[in-house]
This record gives sequence, structure tokens and C-alpha cells, in this order.
Amino acid sequence: MEAVNQQKNAARGIDIESMNRGPRLNLADETACIEIKNFNLFYGEAQALKNINLIIPRNRVTAFIGPSGCGKSTFLRCFNRMNDLIDNVTIQGELLLDGEDLNSPAVNVSDLRRKVGMVFQKPNPFPKTIYENVAYGLRLQGINDRQTLDKVVEKSLKGAALWEEVKDRLQSSAMGLSGGQQQRLVIARAIAIEPEVLLLDEPASALDPLSTLKIEELIYELKEKYTIVIVTHNMQQAARVSDYTAFMYMGELIEFGATDELFTNPGKKQTEDYITGRYG
Amino acid sequence: MATNQSQHISQQFEKELQDIRSRVLAMGGLVEQQVSNAMQALVTGDAELARQVISDDEDVNKLDVTIDEECIQIIALRQPTAGDLRLVTGILKTITDLERIGDESVRIARMALNLSEKDRPKKNYRELHALGQHVSGMLHNTLDAFARFDVDAALQVAHEDRQVDAEYESIMRQLMTYMMEDPRTISRVIDMMWSARSLERIGDHARNVSEHIIYLVEGKDVRHLSVEKMEKVVKGGE
Repeated sequence: MEAVNQQKNAARGIDIESMNRGPRLNLADETACIEIKNFNLFYGEAQALKNINLIIPRNRVTAFIGPSGCGKSTFLRCFNRMNDLIDNVTIQGELLLDGEDLNSPAVNVSDLRRKVGMVFQKPNPFPKTIYENVAYGLRLQGINDRQTLDKVVEKSLKGAALWEEVKDRLQSSAMGLSGGQQQRLVIARAIAIEPEVLLLDEPASALDPLSTLKIEELIYELKEKYTIVIVTHNMQQAARVSDYTAFMYMGELIEFGATDELFTNPGKKQTEDYITGRYG
Repeated sequence: MATNQSQHISQQFEKELQDIRSRVLAMGGLVEQQVSNAMQALVTGDAELARQVISDDEDVNKLDVTIDEECIQIIALRQPTAGDLRLVTGILKTITDLERIGDESVRIARMALNLSEKDRPKKNYRELHALGQHVSGMLHNTLDAFARFDVDAALQVAHEDRQVDAEYESIMRQLMTYMMEDPRTISRVIDMMWSARSLERIGDHARNVSEHIIYLVEGKDVRHLSVEKMEKVVKGGE
């Protein structure tokens, strides 16, 4: 019966199968980029992250959502060891990037941060030209060849969807750009050194709606090349840009799953209460 | 995940959701009344009541439009998620089915008008009356299931729909026999057939609504499934 229908539809030029939006994303089909095992983090005595187990899938956008103080930013900062800078932090458990524990003494933090780029809530361009902002990471690596730099700057700015707007003023100060442009510039700076993972901590919360849409569109394009982890307070944004969503509450990972499933039919009441805006 | 009963932080949003829910129930009550009045008009040959059913359909249509608008407002302004999203989309579909049930009642009322001008058969449309009772009961249970977000009751409706279908088949066979026995009855029997058909369709719409209820409560899509598969999906957690 089905085969007959398929034949008929083919004759009419209709392909019902292709109209199906295809199988939902399934964690079981993903390859792990970062694997988190039994992870705990303490600020002094206070435990900020409680026994987290999670796999960040490669070339996907994973969003962390949860109320303020739930530990999502703390967790994100663990992925490039930003917490090293804070006194009094103790961690337990494993954070494996490509199978290697990124907290092991053998890991060079600078190398790690080259692999794991980060963009913050407030755009933080350097008080230099647009060109130098993007070239900065390469110069740090000792690359000063003009042609190489030109190429990378152009490619990164194109990758961050900013090239068309700034190509005629690469030598002007980055401080003259709008907030949304600055944020895209910072993303260009992050991808210039070709990281493996991009961490975005509230990348659009200080931007107007149109700039926000541009950043979201950019995230969608960037996941082809990078694994992206985004922390956002804006749940609609998490729903729009991410493939997977992790809901955290009071330092615990409550639920992790495909975004379309989590936002239409969450498995836990706490998740439902949070995303629908109810008292817990 | 069962639909959430706890309170929204936004009281206004909470109220809006409560409002559309109670309006669906009001529309359901009205539609239920329309079905029962149409059947009453058919069985008793009450032309006045039949005309009233036809004109009251306007109220059903108005409610359909109003609730539809409110749902779209909520989607646009509140961006509902999870259980709330399923409630709003479930309601959008439910009111379409309720509105159709209203239309079928009008059809029955038209047949009642036709038949009121013809000779009454000895049996006084008893078989249609029985089917009508059954379908009305089904509709009532569906609305009850909606009011209480009761998945088991919704499943029960799907079971009943199968019985209604069987009853409809048997009425059709019976009516065919009448026509063969006495061709003079044909015009009357055709009106009866249309009425039976409308009742059967009302049963189908009630079943659809019960499917929407299962979706909005459990987040499980049970459309186009046999009753057995439906039960499996709901109970088995597939």
C-alpha cells in the first residue's frame, strides 16, 4: 500500500517523504565534543555545581538555560578554565575535550583557550582598529605576515557576517562600531584563530532585536564549523538557536535533551515550570 | 508530562489561559445543546425548534472566531511553551471540531424541517433517536474530559466512536431495506440517512477532540491511529 502510494506520488511529482521534517535530533546519534563526568565545583564551602553529567555534541548548538545563580555561567567558564582566575575554586570530576581532561596538569591553558573561544555579554573590542582586533590572536601566535593576516581578517569578518559593513573602514577604531557590530567583531576575533568550540555567554542580551537576530543567524551558520555552547536568559532565543538545551537549577542539571522536545514536551515538572514562567 | 496546574508568575497570562479554557467549555455546552435540540426536533417533528437550531448556529460560529482570535493573540504576545503551547494549539484544533459539530446539527435540523412536513413513520425515528443519544453522550464525555484534562475519559470516547460507527452501519442497512420494501419511502429515508450520517460525523469530531485532549495533556500525538494503538501510545509511554 505504502509502495503504491509512493509510486503514485512520484508520478504526480510529490515527495511526501521530503516534506517530513525528518527525524528529530537524537543524542544517541551525536559524537561527543566535550564530555562532563561527575563534575562538582565549589566556591569555598559553597557548592555551585552538583554532580553534572553531560555530553556536548559536536557541531551542534547547546544552550544552557536556568534562573540567575543556577550555575550556568560558572559551568560555561569551566570549559576554558576561566575559573582558574578565581581564588577559592575547587573542582572534582572530569571535563573531557576530545577525550582529554582539560583540567589535567599536562594541558597548557593558552592552548586550551585557543581551542575554546569565548564571547561575553558585553562586547569587549580592544581599543585598536577593526583590522587589529581580528588579527590580534594571530599576532599573539607570532604570525605577522601581511598576506596571511589580510586573508584571515577577511575570512573571519565574513564568517561573522560583518565584512560588508566594515570592509571600507578596517583601519578605523573598533570603538566606533555599534553594539551589535562590536559583538560580531568579537566573534570574528574568536573565530580568527579557528577554535573548536565557541562559548557564548549571553551574547545578545545587550543588543537590540535586529542585532540579536543577526547574531542568532550567525550562530546558525557557525555551527557547521564549530561546536557552540550558549548561555542565555532569553528562553525564546535558546529555543530558536539551539539544537540541544540543558536546564539547570540550583547547580544541578535538571534536564537535557533536544530543544524541540524540551520546549514542547519537557520531561520534568521543574523544566515545565521554568519555561512556562510559573512558580516552582 | 501532564499539563501544568500551578500558577503563572504572570497573573494576566494565567487569566488569559483560564479564559480561553472556559470559553471552549461554554462553546462545547452550546454545541451539545444544538445537537440535542436538533435530535429533539427530528424525533418530535418540531419545526420551530429546528429553525431555532439553524439560527443559533451563528452563536457557535461567533465563539469559534472569538476563541480563535484569542489563541492567536496569546501566541503572538506570550509565546507560550510546553504545556501552555499545547493547550493553545489543542484549543485551536478543538474549536474547529466543535464548530463542525455545530454545522452537523444544522444539517440534522434541516432534515428535521423536511421531515416535519411529511408523514411520520410508525417507529417515529426510534433508531435515529438511539444513535443520537449515544452520540450526545459521547460529546458530553468529551467535554467532560476536556474540563478535567482526563486522558482516560478521552480514550473512552475513542472506544465509543467505534460503537457509534457500527450502529451507523446497521442503521444504513436497515434504511436500505425500507427503500427496497416500499419505494414511496425513499424521499423520507434519504433525509433519515443524511441525519444518521451527520450523527456519525459528530461522533468522529468528538473523537478528534479527545485526540486533541490527549495531545495537550500528555504531549503525545495519537491522530490517525487505531484505538488499540492509541492506548498503547498513551499507556506505554512510547
